[in-house]
Amino acid sequence: MTSLATCDRLTVRYPGAARPALADLTLALHAGEKLAVVGESGSGKSTLARALAGLLPVGTALSGAIRWSGPPPRPGRDIGTVFQDPGASLDPLLTVGAHLVEGLRAPLPLGRAEARARAAALLARVHIPDPERALAAWPHQFSGGQAQRIAIALAIAAGPHLLVADEATSALDVLVQAEIVALLRELCRDAGMTLLFITHDIALAGTLADRVAVLHDARLVEIGPAARLLAAPREPYTRALLAAQLDLASPRLVGTRP
Amino acid sequence: MTLLDARGLAKTYPGERRIRALDDVSLSIAAGETLGLIGPSGCGKSTLARVLARLATPDAGSVRLDGLDWLALSGAGLRHARRRLQMVFQDPAAAFHPRATAGGAVADALRIHRLVPRRDRPEAAAALLRQVGLSPDLARRPVATLSGGQRQRVAIARAIAPRPRLLVLDEAVSALDASVRARVLDLLVRLQAELGLAYLFIGHDLAVVRAVSHRIAVMDAGQIIETGPAEALLSDPGSPLLRRLIAAVPALHRKDPPV
Ligand SMILES: Nc1ncnc2c1ncn2[C@@H]1O[C@H](COP(=O)(O)OP(=O)(O)OP(=O)(O)O)[C@@H](O)[C@H]1O
Ligand SMILES: Nc1ncnc2c1ncn2[C@@H]1O[C@H](COP(=O)(O)OP(=O)(O)OP(=O)(O)O)[C@@H](O)[C@H]1O
Ligand SMILES: [Mg+2]
Ligand SMILES: [Mg+2]
Repeated sequence: MTSLATCDRLTVRYPGAARPALADLTLALHAGEKLAVVGESGSGKSTLARALAGLLPVGTALSGAIRWSGPPPRPGRDIGTVFQDPGASLDPLLTVGAHLVEGLRAPLPLGRAEARARAAALLARVHIPDPERALAAWPHQFSGGQAQRIAIALAIAAGPHLLVADEATSALDVLVQAEIVALLRELCRDAGMTLLFITHDIALAGTLADRVAVLHDARLVEIGPAARLLAAPREPYTRALLAAQLDLASPRLVGTRP
Repeated sequence: MTLLDARGLAKTYPGERRIRALDDVSLSIAAGETLGLIGPSGCGKSTLARVLARLATPDAGSVRLDGLDWLALSGAGLRHARRRLQMVFQDPAAAFHPRATAGGAVADALRIHRLVPRRDRPEAAAALLRQVGLSPDLARRPVATLSGGQRQRVAIARAIAPRPRLLVLDEAVSALDASVRARVLDLLVRLQAELGLAYLFIGHDLAVVRAVSHRIAVMDAGQIIETGPAEALLSDPGSPLLRRLIAAVPALHRKDPPV
């Protein structure tokens, strides 16, 4: 399997931080794979996303290396990013249409009308109702889950080789989530896109991903094929994570009446 | 005893899309009760939350909270009563002052509501942060430099600080991993038992909503389409929407994970 990128003993320390947010992380990202990253809150998942997308804040100390197998990717063109906080992906002063048209025209030779038509088609693909009218609306006029989907549309607009999606479906109901998961699968299958999918939902990781990586306390504790990792986790932390997962038969935490 | 009683809430957002986000919504929550609220993305859950928290004005409807005509309050009366209802926002990043520190945000909530004498505030804020599983070293960090889940927990600590009667939680645990989430849910359940706190718990994860809610309401296109006891409703859904939602739950959350 060819790798798209390799993190080699990657260590990341934010300015003024007492401890590294990622420590000694070695991990290969295979071209065309869907890799899910799960782990504790604060374990370094978003830091890994920022490091790959080249978006760490200035003053961050980085050691080790990220090696790309081809020429270094151009953000926005070769790498699409969906941030954990959709507010960070969308400029409040630009309409949704302006975001998408700009995102399409910067890398692609498209006329305005053509870009607009493609923008509407992208919104339809992420199931935004009434895409034509949505183009003229402002980011704050959408619900949390709609904003997440607009951020996904923007990230895939230019047909990136790598999509880094940080909790990109965390505010979606399971029906829309299933549609988005199908869309991401299709992009990987048909367009050869590689997906790094950060999620707190280990069940979702198991359904979507080829492999799952588990982070804990700035370190990679386990990585393996999704089915194996969920069925037979090797590390105690992964087992604890799976055990804490609630399902529709879990004991309820409250009685039937207050 | 009924704590919150909302009747006939309606709201249409102006503009070209003219979305009817709330279409004659009525609901009630008893003291010490958790009402779970689920429904598809864009159905109006956050709009309902914002109307109840007095952050958006409905076109019609009334709300009684703790015996008060909640939507009629203004000025000093509202300031005084605000403590009773606190909210955790779906987008916690936008809900903090850009330069706020984690400890400062929580201490500020204690100050505004005059609950703790000034000299005890840092200690009280640190205790609240500990309760949501955050180490007190985080107290001095700007909220903007926290991870998503850390920020969500600061927002929860800030909202429980004034000891409200009703806490509106809008996707408040949806960015937390299962182990941290379990701890936060335990805290919410414990506070409910100790203080009689009521929750409007908005979420998309049916397993989580089921675990913490006494009753669940299902919303679709601005309307509440069914309400019932949590367990009964999920084992015998009345609406096609709820049946579809249950069927789409990823395998591990099901009763019978297909291996
Ligand atoms: N700009 C920053 N300055 C200092 N510390 C930071 C900064 N950003 C993140 N951190 C810290 O680095 C650690 C890792 O953060 P990161 O955002 O990568 O976690 P995460 O795994 O994405 O967590 P979550 O699931 O809660 O989003 C956390 O302890 C966080 O507080
Ligand atoms: N400020 C606004 N202006 C215009 N339309 C809005 C505004 N805020 C929300 N809407 C629209 O109102 C509808 C309800 O939005 P709301 O945020 O209440 O949904 P939600 O149920 O919370 O969704 P999600 O699960 O995605 O967070 C959506 O169709 C949304 O596009
Ligand atoms: Mg994160
Ligand atoms: Mg919402």
